[in-house]
Parts: sequence; C-alpha cells; structure tokens
Amino acid sequence: MSDSKKSVIFHLGFLGLLFLLQFLLPAYHHGNLARIMVLATYAMGYNILFGYTGLLSLGHAMFFAAGMYGMGLTMTHLGWTAGPAMVAGFLAGVLVSAGIGFLALRTSGVSFMIVTLMFAQAGFLTILYFGEWTRGDEGFVIQQADRVFAGIDLSDPTNRYLAALLLFGLCLMLTIRLMQSRFGHVLIAIRENEERTQMLGYHVHHHKWLAVIASGTMAAVAGAAYALLFGYAGATFASVQYSIFPLLWVLLGGAGTALGPFIGTLFMFYLIDLSSSLTTAYMLIAGVALVLLTLFLPQGLVGEWRRRVMPWLT
Amino acid sequence: MADMITPHIATKGLSRNFGGLIAVNAVDFEVPKGEIRAIIGPNGAGKSTFVGMLCGRIAPSSGEIMFAGQNITAMPAHRRIRLGMAYTFQITSIFARLTLKENVRLATSWRWNGDETAIQHATLAALEQVGLADRMNQIAGDLSYGHQRLLEIAMGISQHPQLLILDEPTQGLADSEIASFVKLIRDLGGDMTILLIEHNMNVVMDTADKITVLNLGSELATGTPQDIRANKAVQAAYLGETHA
Repeated sequence: MSDSKKSVIFHLGFLGLLFLLQFLLPAYHHGNLARIMVLATYAMGYNILFGYTGLLSLGHAMFFAAGMYGMGLTMTHLGWTAGPAMVAGFLAGVLVSAGIGFLALRTSGVSFMIVTLMFAQAGFLTILYFGEWTRGDEGFVIQQADRVFAGIDLSDPTNRYLAALLLFGLCLMLTIRLMQSRFGHVLIAIRENEERTQMLGYHVHHHKWLAVIASGTMAAVAGAAYALLFGYAGATFASVQYSIFPLLWVLLGGAGTALGPFIGTLFMFYLIDLSSSLTTAYMLIAGVALVLLTLFLPQGLVGEWRRRVMPWLT
Repeated sequence: MADMITPHIATKGLSRNFGGLIAVNAVDFEVPKGEIRAIIGPNGAGKSTFVGMLCGRIAPSSGEIMFAGQNITAMPAHRRIRLGMAYTFQITSIFARLTLKENVRLATSWRWNGDETAIQHATLAALEQVGLADRMNQIAGDLSYGHQRLLEIAMGISQHPQLLILDEPTQGLADSEIASFVKLIRDLGGDMTILLIEHNMNVVMDTADKITVLNLGSELATGTPQDIRANKAVQAAYLGETHA
C-alpha cells in the first residue's frame, strides 16, 4: 500500500474514533470536544500556512473573525438564515485573505509577522469602531432560533457535535488531499528552500498567495462555524490572543502534520482545564508544560510520533 | 545553419554594479546551441554574478540578455527555467529534509503535464545518470557533500533543459567522482548548451569546446582551450598563478 493511502486510511480511522467517542463521553467532555474540533479546524487552517508553507503569521485572528462576523452580521442585520450566512462567512474569508495576502506577501520573515500582526490589530479596532453593528467587546448572541440548518437545531449538543465533526473531518481530509497534491509538494518545497524552488521553475510568490487564501479561508470557515454552533460573536476572537493560540496549538501538536493542530488544541485545552481545577496559578503549570514540550519535543506531539513510529503520516 | 548565426544564449553590454563596485562590466557574450562553454577567471572576477543574471537570480544594472532568440532581460527566474534553462547553485542548494527522489521529482514534475509515468521515468533516469539511483529513498541531507552536488546536477538534467548552467559543480567532489562528472558532461554536450563555471582546469580542458575568461568583471578573452592556454594576457591574469 502506498504511503499516501496509508495516511488517508489512518486519518479516516481517527475520524471514526471521534464519531464513536460521542457515545462514551460524559456531557462535559462531549461539549468540550465539539468546541475543540472547531478550534482545531482554525488551527488546521493556520497550519497550511505555517506548518506546510513555512510562513509565520501573527494575524490569523483577522481571518477567524472575518468568517465569524461575515456569518454573524449577515444573520443578525440582514436576517439571513444559517446556510447563506455560512456562505457569507466563507466569502468574507476568501476576500480578506486574498487582499491581506496580496499586501503582506510583499514582505517576508520578521516583516511578514509584523505586517500580519498590524493588519489584525487594524481589523480588531475596526470591529470596535463599528460597535453600533458589531457590539464591540461585548459581542452579540446568535439566537437559538437562528441556529438551525436544514431543519437541524445546531444548538442541540448531539447535532452540534456531529456538525463540528463534519467540519473538522472535511477540513482534515481536504488538508491531506492538498498536501499530497503537486501544489502541496511545492508549498513544502517553499518551506524547505524557497530560492531553490524558484530556480526549479515555480512561481513562489503565487503559490504563497494561494496558501494564504487556503489558510485564511479555512480559518474563516472555522470562525463562522464557531459563532453558529456556540451562538456568540465578539471582538475577543479578533484580538491578538486569538492569533497566538493557533500558533501555540500547531507548535505543540506538530507543525506540518495533518493531525497536529487537533492534538495540540486538545492538549492545551485540557492542560488549562485540569490545572485550573488544581490551582489559581494554572497559567504557571501550563507555562512550564509548554516550555518542557518545546525543549524535549521540538517537532510537537504528532511530529515526534511521525518521526519515531509512522514516517508515512501526512 | 541558422543555429550558428543566432546564438543560443547571448548578452549585450551586460553590467551589474553593487553600490560603487562594478561586478560585471559591459560583457558581450554569445554561445551557439550545443556548445560546452567554460567560464573561468580569478576569484571575484564576476563569474557567479554573470551567470546569476543569465538565469534571473540577479537583475542586471544595464544591458540585454537573449535566450533562444527571445529577449529575456526582464523575465522572472521561474519563467526562464520553464523556457528551458536549468541552474545549479555554487553553494549546494537542495531540499535537505526530503528524499533524493522527492528532490528530483520537484525539479522535473512540471515538465510532464501530470503524466505520472513520465515523471517517474525522468526522475529515475536523472538519478541513474549521476550514479545515485540506489540511494533515491535516502534523505538528501544525509548524503556526503560530493553526493549532494551530484544530486543538484541530477535535478538540473532531469528538467531536460536546453541550457544547463553549472556554477562550480566539481567543488568538493572526489577524483573518481570528477572523472564520472567529466564523462557525464561530455555525454550531455551536443544535446544541450552547457555553461560551466569551474576552477578545476583539468575539468575545463577536458570538457569545454570554448572558454571565456572574465577578469575584474570584463571579458578578457574567448577561445578554444588551446588558444586560452597560449594567451599571454590570460596567463598573466589567471593561469600563471595556478597549476594549470
């Protein structure tokens, strides 16, 4: 069996496991896992750019928020239903990432980090400025009556879990498909050696731009789904904190691995959850754990697993 | 023959300044199709800058570059490659964390319109030509320096270029590897035009149809290996100082 087939089967098996888990988990963890799957989708989007293409963005909250507000604002102010509003969130992601990518890719390295950070700050402040519609920091609730898609009530925990799993599963398999394609191989080549890639005849800049769009759009879809499934949109999700989170999740789980973003998000979520039940100084425990992991597992949990056990993982 | 009249690659008044330093100074240069041309000169003569402009890594300050009858002076590097140039770096530049096979595959895959059999065939053939086929599943970064240079050459020839530019390809190769490299270049010549920047004079004398000598950014002489060997100005500038 070819390596790419093995990898696809392994990940499908993992999705099967997540499907079965919903019958076993107590309500608290069941709810957590739905949330983690949506956030992991955000991290997977981030991973396309950071893990596979080697571009470090500090502004992905802007894409997450683009999807969230593209969905939430059209629903709240234009009265759109869940389906069209999700499409609006998706399109907002495409537009914002295409525009920001076009501008930010004129820089590289540290400048790219700073430019994306600044754009995201500008986006955050824009949301606050138009507080009349966005309700700024306070945010707005998406009414339960609106959170219905094709007759299915997405505020119901079971439906919500399945919707989150569907989103996560589609984006996971899409990432794998993308990274096994020639396009994905060129992105990895750019990460490994940009100059050589260009001198082999590839339009590096164009590939990077498409990577920003793919990455930003996946982040936006996650943002839209988050608002729809959990019923809330707020400016916090556009703040710098939400740009740092996916970076941390991806680093912990394993940059450039398909499953790393999920494992990293899961790990970080429960690290904070468990340590905060022990002490009020939970950030100290979380911090120490993070430092230890980066020191001893620099390739992240899944990255290390791939290195030692399954070299064929995507 | 038309090919003899229209040079395959040519420059007119090609110059490049770095601040006040003139690295390449108004070079007029012509190579007909199928010729193996060596470019030699002392360190700092402008050889790498010159070929860097030919393949598009470095923008010229002034002058023109013609390739296969087309003015390519303003063309970005990746399009020149797709037009039929291949370039190997002076300082080895490979994908160190990928396998040899993946390295060559990346080089050649765009040429075959997604025809998987053709891609695999071209990949394997190029690795065989440089004698690395038995190592194709190894990680490139684990190879010896000499083998990494050969891998880079394999990446170049896997593209079946019309023009192959090799920047100091034998640097760091063992004597036996140099001998097979010389044979490889001779086999390739005739099919493709080859520009060879090279310090090893034995390799130059054994492979080149003609030699261009650069000194202080200018063309000092161009001629057959015998002409260059006999040229007094060249001897003074370059050969006299080394074991030619």
